[in-house]
Amino acid sequence: MGLEFNEETFRGDFSFKNSPKAIKRFPFPFPEDSYMYSVNMEPHVPGPKGSVFEHTFDVDEHYVSEMRDRAMVLADDPLRCQSLPHMTLAGWDLLELIMESKARDYPHWFELHKNGNKWHWINRPLEIEQKFTFLDETTLPCGPLEYITRQTQGDFTLQDQRDNNLFIEAGMVTTQADWSLDFDIGMSFQEWHAPVPMAHELGVFDRALKFLLKLQLGAPVRRFNWTMTVDPLLDTSPENYPKWGPTKTTLTMDNIGRRQHLRVELQTLHRLPRSNAIAFPIRAYLISFQDLVTVPKWARRLHRVIRDVPEPLATYKGFLRNRPLMVEYLSQFDDGKPTSPGWWPEPE
Amino acid sequence: MTNSVLEGTMRSRPVYGVLEPRPGKAHLIVADGEGAGAVVDLVARAGETAPAMLARTHIIYMPGPNGTDAFESLKALGAAQAFRTHDYSTAQPRLKKVLGDAHMGLQIYTTGTEGLMGQVLRDVMEAGLPAQAVQTEHRGSTVRRVQCVHCKGITENVRTDPFQCSHCGLHLFVRDHYSRRLAAYQGVNIDAEDPGEVPPAVERFK
Repeated sequence: MGLEFNEETFRGDFSFKNSPKAIKRFPFPFPEDSYMYSVNMEPHVPGPKGSVFEHTFDVDEHYVSEMRDRAMVLADDPLRCQSLPHMTLAGWDLLELIMESKARDYPHWFELHKNGNKWHWINRPLEIEQKFTFLDETTLPCGPLEYITRQTQGDFTLQDQRDNNLFIEAGMVTTQADWSLDFDIGMSFQEWHAPVPMAHELGVFDRALKFLLKLQLGAPVRRFNWTMTVDPLLDTSPENYPKWGPTKTTLTMDNIGRRQHLRVELQTLHRLPRSNAIAFPIRAYLISFQDLVTVPKWARRLHRVIRDVPEPLATYKGFLRNRPLMVEYLSQFDDGKPTSPGWWPEPE
Repeated sequence: MTNSVLEGTMRSRPVYGVLEPRPGKAHLIVADGEGAGAVVDLVARAGETAPAMLARTHIIYMPGPNGTDAFESLKALGAAQAFRTHDYSTAQPRLKKVLGDAHMGLQIYTTGTEGLMGQVLRDVMEAGLPAQAVQTEHRGSTVRRVQCVHCKGITENVRTDPFQCSHCGLHLFVRDHYSRRLAAYQGVNIDAEDPGEVPPAVERFK
């Protein structure tokens, strides 16, 4: 697998780090100096070369280590991957989408050979080679959703569409911002978003659902979400909250730059061909404050966003108690100069 | 007795109504505690069709979590079958048999506490019957059935917020988030960030 993938951990000694290249391509989520919920969806079309949007599924330097972390989470808690019985076909749809995308976009790492329904999959970074029969579960070591998402960064949920609604009825969720698949599985769109403050009243979920019900095959869309995480911990699950909750009380001005991370989710939505379900990959990217402030525009903007974000939102995202410290740290890097619209770094 | 008013609004929580007699080939009623009163009212609403309805009615009843036992008022209705049991887990095999034997045209009514109705709805859906075939009416206690998100254990009849998980012992707050599949609210550790700092328990559910 060579030097392309970091040897790093997302627990214990937290040796995760972003290379200068990874910092430069980090998906900074704020197009302006303030933040409020919005539907903010745009077509998921290929972006600039080298950006996280270049390919349908971004594979980056953290790939191999992230997959190792996922395997550890699943060993501890197999309920992080579940699929209700009628969702198996959607799992196959997702497996096909990912295998075809990766083999097309990263031919040096992934290969897919098809002879009718006899498929041959090669994943070089993870040293996996599998011959199987498409749509025949008995020819894979586990269900299709679990099989392919053990080899793909980001959480995944699969939504069944019926009765003018979407139901979250399958998923692989090991890198989540504090929500439980085991609790939410089977819920409608409004039900699983019930705990989110303010957005219901803004009509965000009604508009988003209306939009998603009409999502077309071959026309995926994307949006950002974000939160804050102390230490580069992927598994900020409610299940393990008693383990990671206490770390929030250990931040100081001396360690916040190194330990506080902005967590950005690149969320994409894809209509699936056979099941008519919607696949929802939620890809988490982490960046430490000290790395983030190396980009002057991001440092200025993050300071203003965190300082001004409404209190219910800071509470829901779980960083209200550390907001004063974050603002104090970030203010050192905000000289008050205007920032340009859009999230790309300024040429400085 | 009037229909209960439940505190707060929450989008993941079912909305309960008032039981109305509907024409059907058979009627299954599952009730606990004060729900007996809603069953009596339901039969009264059926008016002159009540005798025909009762001749095809199966009632399963258990006392409420507060001890209310009004089975005698149900027995007096004269339904084809009226069965009293201790609690839901004892009633469940009988209920599953009835649901498994069900034909088109079965009307299902459930009334009483939220924990009971939630479990009936869950078992009806698991039996492959549509949730729309079930009518609900809340009566009596507002205690909650809560799943600990950490150990996954269910604590029945939760009265206070916070409360202590009956399985792992963590102190949990009752989050306003409800799963119909689990028929339970979500309990989340309240002192995770500041271990030992547990606010006093307040009796929110009676």
